[in-house]
Amino acid sequence: MGINILKQKSTLPGLHLSLGYTIFYLSLIVLIPLSMLFIKTSTMGLREFVDVITSPRTLAAYRLSFGASLAAGLVNIIMGFLIAWVLARYSFPGKKIVDALVDFPFALPTAVTGIALTSLYSQNGWVGQYLYKWGIESAYSPLGITIALIFIGLPFVVRTVEPVLQELDAELEDAAASLGANRWQTFIKVLFPNIIPALITGFTLAFARAIGEYGSVIFIAGNMPGKTEIAPLLIMTKLEQYDYAGATAIAVVMLLVSFGLLALTNFVQSVFSKRIGMN
Amino acid sequence: MSIRTEQPWVRRALIAAALVCLALFILLPLFVVFFNALNKGVEVYFRSLNDPDTFSAIRLTVITALVAVPLNLIFGVAASWAIAKFDFWGKNFLTTLIDLPLSVSPVISGLIFVLLFGAQGAFGPWLMEHGIKIIFAPPAIILATIFITFPMVARELIPVMKAQGSEEEEAAMTLGASGFQTFWRVTLPNIKWGLLYGVILCNARAMGEFGAVSVVSGHIRGQTNTLPLHIEILYNEYNFTAAFAAASLLAMLALVTLVLKSMIEFKYRAELSARDGSVGAFAGVAAGKMENHS
Repeated sequence: MGINILKQKSTLPGLHLSLGYTIFYLSLIVLIPLSMLFIKTSTMGLREFVDVITSPRTLAAYRLSFGASLAAGLVNIIMGFLIAWVLARYSFPGKKIVDALVDFPFALPTAVTGIALTSLYSQNGWVGQYLYKWGIESAYSPLGITIALIFIGLPFVVRTVEPVLQELDAELEDAAASLGANRWQTFIKVLFPNIIPALITGFTLAFARAIGEYGSVIFIAGNMPGKTEIAPLLIMTKLEQYDYAGATAIAVVMLLVSFGLLALTNFVQSVFSKRIGMN
Repeated sequence: MSIRTEQPWVRRALIAAALVCLALFILLPLFVVFFNALNKGVEVYFRSLNDPDTFSAIRLTVITALVAVPLNLIFGVAASWAIAKFDFWGKNFLTTLIDLPLSVSPVISGLIFVLLFGAQGAFGPWLMEHGIKIIFAPPAIILATIFITFPMVARELIPVMKAQGSEEEEAAMTLGASGFQTFWRVTLPNIKWGLLYGVILCNARAMGEFGAVSVVSGHIRGQTNTLPLHIEILYNEYNFTAAFAAASLLAMLALVTLVLKSMIEFKYRAELSARDGSVGAFAGVAAGKMENHS
């Protein structure tokens, strides 16, 4: 075609075929369907749009989705860091199996996660019976939603932090120790600051996944409007009432938040990789 | 050694704490699926699986994966060839767009196809006139699944192909091989583990998808129910044993996926270090671990 899109000449064939097909398939499956959200939104009046996304029911759903995702993400930072630390630093029998199991929440279909957690944490469940005795409602409540979101988010933190812990320069620790720092000081002043970007990235990935999560949550959530109704479920309800515009408005806000988080993650990572001088 | 590691008791306490977390949050849910499925005996377990609706749900799930995975595999090979072997304008932007479906909520992934093909959707009236059914029928289930699993092969292959470089392909071309021969005899053997890795993860997600499929399926028993949707119906009918029996099939799929995945990671690492002592390319597979199923 005359226009040269290459920055650098290559002797290999197939650029036009492979790139052409990539863009064609991407447009067909992803870009055109996704653009429907914005086309549909543009047919709504601004007032209608604002009314939908600021109605008490929608605001309650957003608050619940973001709040539970935030709580789950914070728990995962602690738990994920602990597991990543143990996997990266210590050896113990069965470590390979434990390492593989960390990915289990990724591999388990969300509907299975949902019914399994509900069975465990409901009033008669193996864990729930003890929690309910203490007056802790671990199912059909915001706490139940948070439990499901902890489960699905855990691998994100472990898998982001673990490689960073493995690659940290041992000389840093040796230097700190030889300068008289004890183990705890070395951890707080030398190791931990280097892990913060990975923790932020892991948290953001887990959080972004959690706000959109549906399958693992709806079984344990209770799904009471205004109380235990998450934003994705509200989209579903609007669709079942053939309120396409309402569903779309709620979806657009969620999607923009997700994209914002994605951009934030990329930003954190690029700042981090510049600072420690890798690509 | 002593200055770079913790006291033995600290170490043991941390390992114990991590194992308790994993047991409580990961092993217990896995165990409860099989416990509830087999609670009333093996006979009841098999009887509750032996049901025409369950069979048709399994069939639709398998068909969906059989269409979605190969399509995303072809796309993955094309995209990674273009992105890893050439340096063109807008490449980073293209990579970001490819990853886009991973950050879209499953429910929204279903919604966009309703907006396209639903009764009030962009093509809804036209489809209705011509008697073509997409929404509340298998085509929409397959489309939503393709969308959800869209980048899963590509994002495994891109780092693997990048790490492999282009020297071997360039040498083959210089020696007179055609583009197709070069791909088939040089590139493919080099990327086969990464490719298999992507396919396995893509398949697991395709068979297990719930939210997106739930929006477009219509939940017609025996017709538009995939296995995850069938589990929901059984569960909501308080048919717990049957629900957990069906769930146990998907839990087994997840376990098989994890075993295969760990085997490929192990094999891939061994193969690379045997060849040139570098595990650089493995970083691609390892990095893929991070976000794969999201």
